[in-house]
Amino acid sequence: MPPDETDNQMRLLIIEDDRESADYLAKAFREVGHIADLAGDGEEGLSMAEGGDYDVLVIDRMLPKRDGLSVIGTLRGKGNRTPALILSALGQVDDRIKGLRAGGDDYLPKPYAFAELLARVEVLSRRQGGPAEETVYRVGDLELDRLSHRVTRGKEEFVLQPREFRLLEYLMKHAGQVVTRTMLLENVWDYHFDPQTNVIDVHISRLRAKIDKGFDRPLLHTIRGAGYMIRDGIR
Amino acid sequence: MTAFGKLIRTTAFRLTLVYLLLFALFAASMLGFFAWNTRRMITEQITTTVNADISDLTALFDRRGVRGLLYAIENRALRPDANLYLVVTPSGQAVAGNVGALPRGLMATTGWVETIYQRLEEQDRGPHNALVRISVLSNGFRLLVGRDLEERRRIFGIVARAAQWSILVVVVLGLAGGVFVGRRVLRRIDAMTGTTRRIMEGDLSERLPVGRSGDELDRLADNLNLMLERIEALMAGLKEVSDNIAHDLKTPLTRLRNRAEDALATSRDEADYRAALERTIEESDALIRTFNALLMIARAESGQGGAAEDFDVADVAGGIHELYEPLAEDNGLTLHVEAVPARLRGNRELVSQALANLVENAIKYGKPAAPDADPDATPDAKPDATPRPILIEVRRDGDHVLLGVTDHGPGIPEADRKRATERFVRLEASRTQPGSGLGLSLAQAVAKLHRGELRLEDAAPGLRATLAFPALSGEGWAERSMQPETHPA
Repeated sequence: MPPDETDNQMRLLIIEDDRESADYLAKAFREVGHIADLAGDGEEGLSMAEGGDYDVLVIDRMLPKRDGLSVIGTLRGKGNRTPALILSALGQVDDRIKGLRAGGDDYLPKPYAFAELLARVEVLSRRQGGPAEETVYRVGDLELDRLSHRVTRGKEEFVLQPREFRLLEYLMKHAGQVVTRTMLLENVWDYHFDPQTNVIDVHISRLRAKIDKGFDRPLLHTIRGAGYMIRDGIR
Repeated sequence: MTAFGKLIRTTAFRLTLVYLLLFALFAASMLGFFAWNTRRMITEQITTTVNADISDLTALFDRRGVRGLLYAIENRALRPDANLYLVVTPSGQAVAGNVGALPRGLMATTGWVETIYQRLEEQDRGPHNALVRISVLSNGFRLLVGRDLEERRRIFGIVARAAQWSILVVVVLGLAGGVFVGRRVLRRIDAMTGTTRRIMEGDLSERLPVGRSGDELDRLADNLNLMLERIEALMAGLKEVSDNIAHDLKTPLTRLRNRAEDALATSRDEADYRAALERTIEESDALIRTFNALLMIARAESGQGGAAEDFDVADVAGGIHELYEPLAEDNGLTLHVEAVPARLRGNRELVSQALANLVENAIKYGKPAAPDADPDATPDAKPDATPRPILIEVRRDGDHVLLGVTDHGPGIPEADRKRATERFVRLEASRTQPGSGLGLSLAQAVAKLHRGELRLEDAAPGLRATLAFPALSGEGWAERSMQPETHPA
């Protein structure tokens, strides 16, 4: 489902030294309607990131000439706040923390599914210009008040468990965007491991039973092979 | 390098040389001080005796005149061990005394002088040294009283010889000691070097020789041996992991390849291709998960625990309970938590994951058989409506923190419990369930990383899997893994 070109098109810079992966990524991003530039090493990546007006940087951790963390560090040092996602073969919790400390905004260990990368990049891009910090999130007739913790749909008010509230809050903050199971596990539960079971799906179906059951128009959608999205059926 | 060259280069030998020099200097200065003092004392004694004699004789001369003096001198000169006496007239004619010859012109001087002389009765022998005092009497006669210095010379000689001998003895003993200690140290170091070389050549089972004395070299050897044991264990673990990875990833990789090949050969339309590709992606995702789990186990087993932090195990239990509670309910089970606060230092994320694995197992194997399930898969499970509780428990037992998960499933037969934690081992009963066969291995590796263990017990009926951590095991853990870090946020 290609995003609305005028609305959601992103300019991406992919800094990756493996030519094949880079080409694959660029092609995949272009197919869903984004603009993707390529840089083959850290120095080139740095100068392109400084010059170009990008929405998101996708940076490989290990690069020739200048490593990925150093590229981000230098950009941040110069006041460039372009969201950056780090791709790395090092998938351990410590490496992730190092990456985030260096100024990265998200961290994805290799190998990854493109759907996962795309979902994360779209969320990052929204973060840059997004009015994400409003106190009330609205999707269709569903309303979530972040201060009073009230969730209503039409005239009906729901009683949510604290975790269900946070789950819905995260989904609504990224309304219209795909969020993956891993993203939910990381951001709602703060776990960074990969459960062998469909534990997230169960939580989603509970939430769905509360907010969608008995309404004509479902808001919480399952996106096959990727994750979930909350949106009003008609844009 | 020659054996001698090696010997004199040892620290022990060089230290010996330094001490040798110091002790020799010390001995020499002691003896020198002693000799100088003795000499001074003897000289003082001579001076006193001679002065007394002179004043005595002068008084005698004053009372009895020359004759009395000469008589007294002849008398005194004949005594054994007599002083030296000589009386000369103003013209220089010797008139009394026991001195035979003196250097020319000596009697013309007065006061103290050290000189050579010959005794009257020993004209044939060589000259001696003496300390003499010459004074002038009132009639112009000159009186010499003195003392032979032979004694002083002899004592000096004794001291000098003592000095020579003692320095010689010090040097010889010191060198011998140095050689002995040096060779001893060298032999042990050579033995260590030999062993290390063999180890470097690849025989990791070698160990350094450790003596019984418990000295610094033994302690060093002991520590090096511990280090070698750890390295050997790590190497063995690495080899095992790579063997397992090679073995267990090849099977699914082959299956993946075969399916792709088959799809290429037999697919007729796009739907066929699509289905084949989707299966391929699913399989590769499973492969990636297995690979990640293996890596994590290997890292935990090799003691790389990542950042250490203080956390409450009860929080971990609460978090996992919260995450899995709906899943358990969907499977016709209930999940409870009973926890007391129990602090632990280590990797919270890994402990959470270990607990998650145990809970997933409990949900998988502790659930009642669904009506449509293969009745052979879970033979003891009766389709009943009452939810079967799974309990997550945090307890303190002495100095251990116990994090346990108890289910009411079929459990694991005692004979299989040991095998259950091995990598990729999937017991008969679990073959029908999805899973990688790594869950318990990871839980065990995490327990070991925190110096604890994974216990599998019979909960009659069911299984109790417990992660037992030594309370505050963290101190040692943090040291041997990584520098403690605090997580952001």
